[in-house]
Amino acid sequence: MIKVVDLHKYFGNLQVLKGVNNEIKKGEVVCIIGASGSGKSTFLRCLNLLEEPTKGEIYIGGVSITEHMKDINKLRQKVGMVFQQFNLFPHMTATENIMLAPVRVKGMPQDEARKKAVELLRKVGLPDKDDVYPSQLSGGQKQRVAIARALAMDPEIMLFDEPTSALDPEMVGEVLAVMKQLAHEGMTMVVVTHEMGFAREVGNRILFMDEGIIAEEGTPEEMFSNPKKERTRAFLSKVL
Amino acid sequence: MLEGIFKVLSDAIFYNLIREDRYLLFVNGFKVSIQLTVFAALIGVAIGLLMAISKLTNNRILNRIATAYTDVIRGTPSVVQLIVIYYAILGSSHLPKILVASIAFGINSGAYVTELIRAGILAVDKGQMEAARSLGLSYYQSMRYVIVPQAIKNILPALVSEFIVLLKETAIAGYIALDDLTRAGTIVRGRTFDPYTPFILVALIYLYITSILTAFMGRLERRLRQSD
Ligand SMILES: Nc1ncnc2c1ncn2[C@@H]1O[C@H](COP(=O)(O)OP(=O)(O)OP(=O)(O)O)[C@@H](O)[C@H]1O
Ligand SMILES: [Mg+2]
Repeated sequence: MIKVVDLHKYFGNLQVLKGVNNEIKKGEVVCIIGASGSGKSTFLRCLNLLEEPTKGEIYIGGVSITEHMKDINKLRQKVGMVFQQFNLFPHMTATENIMLAPVRVKGMPQDEARKKAVELLRKVGLPDKDDVYPSQLSGGQKQRVAIARALAMDPEIMLFDEPTSALDPEMVGEVLAVMKQLAHEGMTMVVVTHEMGFAREVGNRILFMDEGIIAEEGTPEEMFSNPKKERTRAFLSKVL
Repeated sequence: MLEGIFKVLSDAIFYNLIREDRYLLFVNGFKVSIQLTVFAALIGVAIGLLMAISKLTNNRILNRIATAYTDVIRGTPSVVQLIVIYYAILGSSHLPKILVASIAFGINSGAYVTELIRAGILAVDKGQMEAARSLGLSYYQSMRYVIVPQAIKNILPALVSEFIVLLKETAIAGYIALDDLTRAGTIVRGRTFDPYTPFILVALIYLYITSILTAFMGRLERRLRQSD
């Protein structure tokens, strides 16, 4: 589903990604862990071209997206993204947030989009928040609306960049529950996270990023019980 | 004592307003100042929009033009701009004087409006654009549905405040022989030799208009904040 070949990214002279290679299969849940500044977000943002790779190839569904920069909006419809800071549109209600892209990008009729938005809000456990503005929602509720908004485009892949890091501890669970449900439904997911419990339980594969490369990868059991590299062990001993 | 004050006041009113229908000079000056401000504001907003967009795009040439424009306007006195634009550039045409002056003031105000719009757009969190783009919206759609509606809330109150500044700036229109409100004060003073009263009247009229605008701005700000 996603294939990354020798991905490099520079910000000016700063080299952030130094040759990332990976292949992510349909329905797989891949969790990316690693220290701050190791390039996790940059890697994730390259996958929907929020960052333009400096060098290397990314294929999604067999098509090189780095070669088809013009069709960027088409690509992004297939790849949903959820941000640490939610980034809901504050001047729109929850429903309007969700409807915007289906209506404007896909040309879906308003009432159909509204119906879909209401369904999605129910799916993320917010059946009574249709006409509520983001400012009236808690952090956990905001993030669930943001997930519903991304799902409204029927993406094939969902990217999550530390979706629970900005939340109060008591709200982390409700968001992780929604993500877990998505994973069980077979969504292909790439999740940058510090929630090791989630990574262990829901992840099919863990990537440990260190200084711009994937330093080690494996199943949750391999990575958490028996990491091979010293750096991985050092990182895990700090966060577990 | 009280009688004395009353006499001074009624004389002042008589000589500066009633005699020879001098109040008409103020009324006409008021009309000119308002027309000038309204036309100049419209021109300024149009220019400001274009220049703000030019500054925000990645086009180098447009960037340069817009930056040169705002630098020149903000770095020189408006009286000088008015005279240069009026005589050197537009004075040779046969347009009505007030229109030419409006263009001159519009070009001046446009530079401040440019910065205002630009700042209003830049103040919108950059995560908003990323979220919109990540959903598949084009740059233009993201601007239209996500960024601009939020930027307007930042821009509108500041724009009203720019109109207040503009109204006061038009007081220099006398330099190009336009009979605006301030000029009316000068004319009446020349006839009555009363150094204070004409300009106190002029000041009160300006203050009246600006206080209406200020009150409007306050209400606008409250309304916009509520809708958050
Ligand atoms: N737009 C940018 N311009 C310049 N440097 C950047 C930019 N984005 C990220 N960086 C730098 O790239 C490096 C990697 O950043 P990145 O956000 O990918 O790290 P991360 O692994 O996600 O860290 P964190 O856990 O703190 O989110 C950092 O040194 C960061 O300062
Ligand atoms: Mg990050």
